[in-house]
Amino acid sequence: MIDQGLKNMELLQSPSDLEKLRKSILAKKDPNAPAIAICVSTGCEALGVKSDLKAFEEQLKKHGLEDKVEIRETGCLGFCEMGPRIVIYPDEIFYFQVKARDVPDIVSKTLMNKEAIERLFYVDPITGKSARNLSEIPFYKYQNRLLLDSNAKVDPKKIEDYIALGGYSALARSLYEMTPEQVLEEVKKSKLRGRGGGGFPTGRKWESTRNAEGEPKYVIVNCDEGDPGAFMNRALMEGNPHSILEGLIIGAYAIGSHEGFIYVRQEYPLAVENMQIALEQAEKYGLLGNSILGSGFDFKVKIHKGAGAFVSGESSALMTAIEGKVGEPRPKYVHTSERGVWDKPSTLNNVETWANIPIIINKGAKWFASIGTEGSTGTKIFALAGKVNNTGLVEVPMGMTLRDIVYKIGGGIRNGKKFKGVQTGGPSGGVIPEQYLDSPVDFDELAKLGSIMGSGGMIVMDEDTCMVDVARYFVNFLCDESCGKCVPCREGLKQARKILDNIVTGKGKEDDIEKLKDIAEATSAAALCALGQTSANPMLTTMRYFKDEYEAHIKEKRCPALVCKNLISYYVDPAKCAACTLCSRNCPVNAIEGERGKIHIIDQAKCTKCGTCFDVCPPAFRAIRKLSGEPVPPPILEKNRWIKKDKKGAAN
Amino acid sequence: MSINRIDRIIDKYGCEKGVLIQLLLEIQRELNWIPPEAIIRINKRFKIPVSEIYRVASFYTALSLKPQGRHLVRVCAGTACYVRGGPRILDSVERTLKIKAGETTEDDKFTLETVNCLGCCALGPVVEIDGQYHGKLSSATVAKLLSKYD
Repeated sequence: MIDQGLKNMELLQSPSDLEKLRKSILAKKDPNAPAIAICVSTGCEALGVKSDLKAFEEQLKKHGLEDKVEIRETGCLGFCEMGPRIVIYPDEIFYFQVKARDVPDIVSKTLMNKEAIERLFYVDPITGKSARNLSEIPFYKYQNRLLLDSNAKVDPKKIEDYIALGGYSALARSLYEMTPEQVLEEVKKSKLRGRGGGGFPTGRKWESTRNAEGEPKYVIVNCDEGDPGAFMNRALMEGNPHSILEGLIIGAYAIGSHEGFIYVRQEYPLAVENMQIALEQAEKYGLLGNSILGSGFDFKVKIHKGAGAFVSGESSALMTAIEGKVGEPRPKYVHTSERGVWDKPSTLNNVETWANIPIIINKGAKWFASIGTEGSTGTKIFALAGKVNNTGLVEVPMGMTLRDIVYKIGGGIRNGKKFKGVQTGGPSGGVIPEQYLDSPVDFDELAKLGSIMGSGGMIVMDEDTCMVDVARYFVNFLCDESCGKCVPCREGLKQARKILDNIVTGKGKEDDIEKLKDIAEATSAAALCALGQTSANPMLTTMRYFKDEYEAHIKEKRCPALVCKNLISYYVDPAKCAACTLCSRNCPVNAIEGERGKIHIIDQAKCTKCGTCFDVCPPAFRAIRKLSGEPVPPPILEKNRWIKKDKKGAAN
Repeated sequence: MSINRIDRIIDKYGCEKGVLIQLLLEIQRELNWIPPEAIIRINKRFKIPVSEIYRVASFYTALSLKPQGRHLVRVCAGTACYVRGGPRILDSVERTLKIKAGETTEDDKFTLETVNCLGCCALGPVVEIDGQYHGKLSSATVAKLLSKYD
C-alpha cells in the first residue's frame, strides 16, 4: 500500500504540497475505524509479541475482519515491564501482558462487541485498582511525554503516519519561513542542552560548527547508546525515526551542512532497520536529498553501524570510527565542532537532542523553555530499572525529584524491600543515597551530588544490593572498555579494580579506602577523555555515602547486603526446611544432602555459592538463609533430621 | 572459505572512504567470523595495511577473529540485569555449556559472549540467542531454554 503511494507520488515541492499530502492521508484515515496497535519493539518482542501478532492475524481472518481492522505495529510505549502491550482503537482501551491465548477473546469481545476485558487491564500492585486508560495508571499519570507520546501513534515503518501527525512541518517552516540564523537563534533561546550526558548547550555547539572554517561540514546523530541501563535512544529510533531525521535536517540547515551520519550501535538491529526505511521514504518524498521540499537546500545522510565499543560513544572517538578507524578518543584542544570527521567541522548530538528540535521549532523556544528548570529546560527520558516496581522509560520535566520518579512513577521498591540508592548516569555516574531523594533531577543538581545525568539511566538499588560490589562492577566495566591510549585511565582503573576485587573477596586492607580515593582522583584529573575523567564517580560516591559497607567488608570480612560470594555462606534453616528435595535436585554440584522427609544439609566444602537453592526454595518455606560475618551453625544431629510420619521410622 | 563471497561483500562497498568497519561487520554477519583470508583480501583491494585491519578487527567486540559456533548466546551484563541477578545467569549458562564467556563449545554448537547492554533493561536479566531476546530469566529457566537448541 505504501509502495504504491510512493510510486505515484511526485517529489514534494513546497510546504503546501506537504500540507496537501497530510490532508489526503488524513482523509483516507477514519478515526473511528477499529484498529489494533501492538508494540513490536525489542522489549515486547522478548516477551513474545510475535506470537500475539500471528494470533491476531489468524483470528481476524477467521472472523472475516482482515480488511476491516488495521493492525498497527508501533514502537515502545515505555512500560516494558508490563508488555506485551496493545491498544484497541477507536476506544483507546489498553491491555497489558497480552498472551496469544487472550487474542480470540480480544477479537470476539472487544473488537466485535465493544466489550472490554477486565482481566487484561493494568492492575495497580499497590492499590489493587484496575485502569482502563493511561491517565489512570500512576506510571503514566505523572509523566510529560513530549517525545515518547508519538510512539504509540505511528507505525515507524510508515512515513505517512508521521506526516499525518504534522511531521516535517517544522522542517517546512524552517526552510521557508526562517533563515538558518533564525533557526539557530531559536534553538539557543530554548536553552536546550545535549541529552547524551555532557549537557552542553546545543545552540552553542551548532554555532561553533557554523562559524568554523572548512567545508564540508557534518552533522551526526549519536545512537551509540553504550551506557548499560539506558535504552531511550533505542526506543526513539525504533519507534519514531522520522522525528530524529527531521531534527537532523533542520540542524543541518541551521549549521550549513549538507552531509550527515547516523551512528547506531549494531546491538540495535531494529533501530538500524527502521532508520534505513525512514531514510528511503523521506528521500522518495523529497524530504531528503537534493532541494528538499523544493527549497534548494540539499542534504544527504548515511547510517554507520558501531561495532561494539563503549568508548566509541565519546564524540571524538565516534568521529574516528565514522572514518573507518579504531574508535579512540583524541585530545580536544580543538573542539570536534570545529575539527571533527576528516578534520572538518562536525556537530554531534544525541538522538534525544535531535528529536527535541522539531518540537522547539513548532512550539517555539519560549514554550519549550517554560518546561523544566532555569538551567535545564524541557523534558528528559529516563530508563527506570533495577529493584523498582514499575520499570521502563519515563519522560518527565527536568527538575522532578528523584523521590517522585522512584515512588510516584516507579511505584516504590519491589517486594517491600528497603530503598538504598539510585544510580544515575551509567558507569560514569554515581549512586545517590536516600537522604538526597528530594533533590530535583537536572544537569546541575546531579553534578552537585557527585553524579551525572549521563544519557538518563536510572537504576534503583535496594537493601540487597552491595555498594562495594556495584563500584567494582562499574570499575570493571570501565577498565574493560578503556581504550588504553592514556596511562591514567588504563593503569589507574586497573589498580582500582585490583583493590576492589580484594575488598569484595575479603582480602581488603585498612588503607584501601584512602588508596582508592587517591587513584580515583588522579585518574579523573589526568585522563584524556570523559570515560577516564568521570570514572571516579562510582567509586567516590559509594565511598562517600556508603563508607560503612566498605568498612564491613574490610574490617569484619562481612558483606551486609549478602552479595559478595566469598564473604557469604548458604545454610538450610532446619526449623523451616520441609525436606521437599527441590534444592538438592537443582544443586549443580550436588552439595545438598537429604531426601524426602529428611531435613537437608549443605556441604559447605562443596558449595560454590551459586544461589540456585536460594532461588528454588518455595516462598512458603524460605528455608535457605544467607549468612555473612558469622559462622555457619553446625549441622543438626542425624536423629533429628526426619520430619513428619517418617519420624517414627527414624526412632525405630 | 570462499573468496567469492568475500569479494561480493567488498564489491558492494566499492571504494568509498571509511567503509572498513561496515565491511568487517558484514563479513562477520555472513561468515560468523573474520577469517584471515578476508583480511588479506581487503588489504589487496583497498590497500589498507594488514596491521590496521587487524587493529580494527581486534578492537571491536562485535568482530571475532575466531570461528564461532552455530548459535551465539549473549548474556547481558548491563547494570540493570546485573542488579537483578545477571551474574548468576551467566554462571548457569557457563555451567550448562561447560565453557566460559568468550569461548565456543567443542562441538561448535554454541559460542558464549557477554554484552554490555541489550537495551531491554526493564526485563532483566536478559539473554539473546541468535538475535532472539529472552527476558525475565532465572538460572533454572535459562538452562531449560538452552536445551531447546540443536
